Amino acid sequence: MKREIPLMIVMVTGIIMFLQYFFPGRFLFIPFISSEKLFEFLNDWVMVIGILSLPLGIWSLLKANVNKLKAADERFYSAILLMGFLVMVISGWMPEWRTKGVHLAIFQSVLIPIQSTIFSLLAFFVASAAYRAFRARSVLATILLLTAFIIMMRFIPMGPISDINNWLVEKILMVPNMAAKRAIAMGIALGATATAIKIILGIERTYMGRD
Amino acid sequence: MTKKLIMLLCLVIISSSLAIGQEAIPDSAGLAPPAPAPPTNVRVVDRPNDAGHGLIVKWDLSPDDSAGLNNVAIYEVFRAGSPDGEFISRGVVPRGITEYVDFDETEPNSEHPNPNFMPVNSTWFYKILAISDNQVRSEFSSVASGTTIENWIHTGKIPIGVAAITFTVFLIIFISSARKGKKMYVRPLAGINAVDDAIGRATEMGKPILYILGLGTAGDIATIAGFTILSRVAKRTAEYQTKVIVPVQDPVVLAVAQETVRTAYLEAGRPDQYNPENVFFVTSMQFPYVAAVNGIMLREHPATNFYMGVFYAESLILAETGNIAGSIQISGTDQVAQLPFFVAATDYTLIGEELYAASAYLSQEPVQLGTLKAQDYTKAIVMAFIILGAIAITAGWPFLRNLVTINL
Repeated sequence: MKREIPLMIVMVTGIIMFLQYFFPGRFLFIPFISSEKLFEFLNDWVMVIGILSLPLGIWSLLKANVNKLKAADERFYSAILLMGFLVMVISGWMPEWRTKGVHLAIFQSVLIPIQSTIFSLLAFFVASAAYRAFRARSVLATILLLTAFIIMMRFIPMGPISDINNWLVEKILMVPNMAAKRAIAMGIALGATATAIKIILGIERTYMGRD
Repeated sequence: MTKKLIMLLCLVIISSSLAIGQEAIPDSAGLAPPAPAPPTNVRVVDRPNDAGHGLIVKWDLSPDDSAGLNNVAIYEVFRAGSPDGEFISRGVVPRGITEYVDFDETEPNSEHPNPNFMPVNSTWFYKILAISDNQVRSEFSSVASGTTIENWIHTGKIPIGVAAITFTVFLIIFISSARKGKKMYVRPLAGINAVDDAIGRATEMGKPILYILGLGTAGDIATIAGFTILSRVAKRTAEYQTKVIVPVQDPVVLAVAQETVRTAYLEAGRPDQYNPENVFFVTSMQFPYVAAVNGIMLREHPATNFYMGVFYAESLILAETGNIAGSIQISGTDQVAQLPFFVAATDYTLIGEELYAASAYLSQEPVQLGTLKAQDYTKAIVMAFIILGAIAITAGWPFLRNLVTINL
């Protein structure tokens, strides 16, 4: 029963969500059951579960970092995390600090710049990844390198270098590139549908913690 | 008192000048420009495929729209609850357009009244006028009425229903034939084959495995596929007594990941080896999560990194840091925009549907393999439709296009 009940809930909810998609008004012609309301009701449950699980996440974070205080090599990071956590929680409780105080100051002057810094690393990593990917070690890698060169020439500040370059880039992006993207998207759509059906039918159940 | 009178006078002058601004602009000879003719043949029909809260107003163009005086700029649509009631403007459409969709589903309540809402089976009256580029308004058209009707089935989505039923039929056929013992061939996937090798490498090196489920929620199909592979990886790490670290960014994903790893250790016969602290919550924010995971990579130097799930801009930052840390990396995502980054920066990549198919590949269960076959056959049908569609459109036969068009 421990497994049958969750599987039954998944199956019933999955079938309801699938069917309501096709009924704009009353769900399955049943009076007083609006398809739209049913959809909103079930989606509200997703939010409720998400909010209820938040303490679980906070507990996990605190537990892991309190334990790391015992390890000499990771003590420093965990101490900073726990201190930041406490400061943000306490300052968040003070209404006057929330809008113009420690809470907002830490958010705007510490968290946002740090996030921007991490994001800006992307520029350097794009360069290093591109360097490895575009080395002409084989025929395919050479084709990739040439294609990348043509496209870069179109989008660099001084480009496009000629009308031919412009035309060629448009063709590359709209024909082989688009065809590949659509093929991948189609595979993803079918794969997602197959997985959804497998979950609804109870064939796929690893998300419950076992094969 | 004098100040108030002056202010009042100013207000009157300003408002009257604004009102004058709305009037017709005389031409250079001082004559008022001519008014366009109103649109004709106004009719109102129910908005199809809705819950009964919309109507579509249609009309024939004014004789002065792109012909005659050629001075129509826009059409303004008015609505009233009765033919003699007050007509309220519902919106404008540019010249050349012969249709206006009047639709607002937000049901009113005591706190949020919504005068635009039309209940099911209510009748409404419409009239339209044309406005010239000189702001000259035509006469009103004749009044037309329509009643909102609740549509029971969304006919525009029927092709989706047919495709889903066809796919389900294929699934049932192949699953039943697999259960009868029919052998099914699936092409090998390098990324899946590398999973066991990567776990073995970690065991030999005595280093942990880092498993990243991305930024998706537990409801994302890619994350669910990530759980499937995690189950397999955790089972192997339990057998080889290798540490697996799973930092997550969503509390629900945390609960599922902990349960997945715990069960895998239980099935491997090593429940005592399971450490719940190796599957932990980091943060729900994107870049702080990246900072934390990068820190783990550079401190722990994991032998193998798995990236399975939904990834966004952090994909390359994670994969490049893993590369710097010298880890073997296997990635899989259904985010098309992130695939090039993973292909460039990791050793093996599961592209889109390969990630979903991992469950079948890893388990080798006939039922799971049957679903892959069903997918392949559905893809063959889709390909046939694409080829036929291209031929039909080129030859000017819209029948096939209309048959498969989805009108949401």
